Amino acid sequence: MTLLDFARGPALYWSTLIMVCGLVWRLAGVALLPFRPDRSAAGPQSRGRVRGALGTIVSRSLPRRTFLARTFATVVVGYAMHLGLLIILLGGAPHILLVAQATGLSWPSLPKGVVALASAVTLVTLVFVLVRRCTHPVLRLLSNFDDFLSIVLTLVPVATGILLAEETVLPYRTLLTWHILSVEAMMIWLPFGKLSHVVFVFAGRAVSGAKLGKRGATT
Amino acid sequence: MSGMPPSLAPAAKPGAKPATRRVAESRDQADRARLDAAMRGFISDFGPEAAVYMEACLHCGQCAEACQFYVETGDPKYTPIWKIEPFKQAYSREMGPFAPFFRAFGLTPKVTLGELEGWQELLYDSCNMCGRCSLVCPAGIDIADLVEKARHGMFEAGLVPGDYLGALAGKEQETGNPFGISREDVRRALLEIGRSHGVEMHVDEPRAAVVPTVSSIDLKMYPASIAATARVLNHVGASWSFRTDGFDADNVSLTAGDRTGQRLVTEAIVDAATRCGAEVLIMPECGHSYTEMRWEAANTVGHALPFRVLHMSEYLAECLDAGRLKLRPVTPDPEGRGVTFHDPCQLSRRSGRSDAPRKVMAALGLDLHELADHGADSWCCGGGGGVALINRARPLRDKAFAIKRRQVADTGAGTVIVSCTGCRQTFEHGFKDAGGETGVGSLLDLVAGQLEEDGKTP
Repeated sequence: MTLLDFARGPALYWSTLIMVCGLVWRLAGVALLPFRPDRSAAGPQSRGRVRGALGTIVSRSLPRRTFLARTFATVVVGYAMHLGLLIILLGGAPHILLVAQATGLSWPSLPKGVVALASAVTLVTLVFVLVRRCTHPVLRLLSNFDDFLSIVLTLVPVATGILLAEETVLPYRTLLTWHILSVEAMMIWLPFGKLSHVVFVFAGRAVSGAKLGKRGATT
Repeated sequence: MSGMPPSLAPAAKPGAKPATRRVAESRDQADRARLDAAMRGFISDFGPEAAVYMEACLHCGQCAEACQFYVETGDPKYTPIWKIEPFKQAYSREMGPFAPFFRAFGLTPKVTLGELEGWQELLYDSCNMCGRCSLVCPAGIDIADLVEKARHGMFEAGLVPGDYLGALAGKEQETGNPFGISREDVRRALLEIGRSHGVEMHVDEPRAAVVPTVSSIDLKMYPASIAATARVLNHVGASWSFRTDGFDADNVSLTAGDRTGQRLVTEAIVDAATRCGAEVLIMPECGHSYTEMRWEAANTVGHALPFRVLHMSEYLAECLDAGRLKLRPVTPDPEGRGVTFHDPCQLSRRSGRSDAPRKVMAALGLDLHELADHGADSWCCGGGGGVALINRARPLRDKAFAIKRRQVADTGAGTVIVSCTGCRQTFEHGFKDAGGETGVGSLLDLVAGQLEEDGKTP
């Protein structure tokens, strides 16, 4: 078995299993805590808990005007990085092919130039995020091992993916092997560290949105 | 790894004195026992909501930009989510879904009592639990709620600031109010306020449809606001009464982190209002007391409340709608500067009732110049969450207040109208310390002075 076979076979199987089981474990660990019913009367302008939760999941993706002057850099970088990742994942032809092979679902890919641009923007923003964590006083204080590891584990697949797509002089199979392995490393770390925000960022919004929505307060 | 560079960790500040331990017997407790008590206090009412918040933080730092203490000082230690860092670490290490994993790999350092002592300033002096950070958080984390839980832990460890907040909350648990005033003295004081302000006072009536509560701070510092309450209730023709068996709405215990005291205050008010068949319980112009009674009391007593809970400004707005409150418009000030309004965070941001005081101000015909950030976006005055009660926090509070002072100055208004006793105190002190001349007025007092009573001036 070559390293590429390993990456495409058992490594993919186990990393997927760890990611899914880890996320389920982490979600269950919080969801199964004793739930205290809220007996307070709803506010006169209540939107209800469900609408509050769903509304906040959407609305918290949009920056609030009053904060924007002070949070502009974070918001712009956040948008650029996440949109870039989305374009690479859903618009890149090899990724669509992978999904098609696994599930039979397929959709048209984006032009290679668009994906290349998105990849470049994502890479630059990830480097910027890394540097900013080391230099901004607030981020330096808050940051821990998990923050840096999560950024690096996102950055490496993007970098190897760019090298692959640009057909550089480096051997294709070696690059592909390391690209797949780096994605799997990210998948393995995802449930344990901050990358789990793919789930918890929405859970957090839903929870506070439900509470404040029932009150009729701004969420 | 360590989440806190020594140069920035509050506990490591050169020359920083260890925080005072409030409860004398705590000195005999082993540090370990106190630390355990702190963590138990923190997680005692931990449900899925709080646990989700603990898991969701991105360390993006945006909450810092929403906090008046960070914005005005530039010190990163005032980043809201950092204020609960020891508790976050303890959660990951002891309680979270991957706690054994975190312990085995040493991914989260063990929290020490010394650290918690260093965190006292961050959890008490520099957090108003105003919820502005909760509004900016992309993960929707209600940091204000987590700070309240962290204060439970600090109380259990005997780490409440001793100078003022600790003493008041202790008295509240012993006597039911923060100044330790007996029921008979409250009764006498209320009747005396009625006499001296020439207003009919109702105290301890056996039946009353409307029960107003009192802030003990009003009793001491702003008795005219208590007279104003009586004047308005007489004007609208309500069947009403103060109840000395449940009059104190301050609930300083809540902001101190004393859950027992908090429950005692809440239960006393609920029992008193229930006994006299109240349909409406009016919370005075006081922020946290309102959110406690409006959103938490039913959970504290374990059943839906048999009466409605309204903030004074909500009650005034309802009476206006029903046509029972008739107001004369205020005379415009000769300089034409108008007024501005400071939203109490607990009423506006945390409860969604920015509309109520504005309806009242419109009925008064006030020339309202809104602050640049108002309603849900309003900056806290810096005194909320018990911070106004901590003497040593005054210089920091004044710094945080600077943003409010600038925004008020930008409106050009000559007077700031407030609808919360704590805000009122903070504005008065803040303007005084800064040498400003802007006036501060209570919305309720203003209403009481503009009642239309058969053409007579009340």
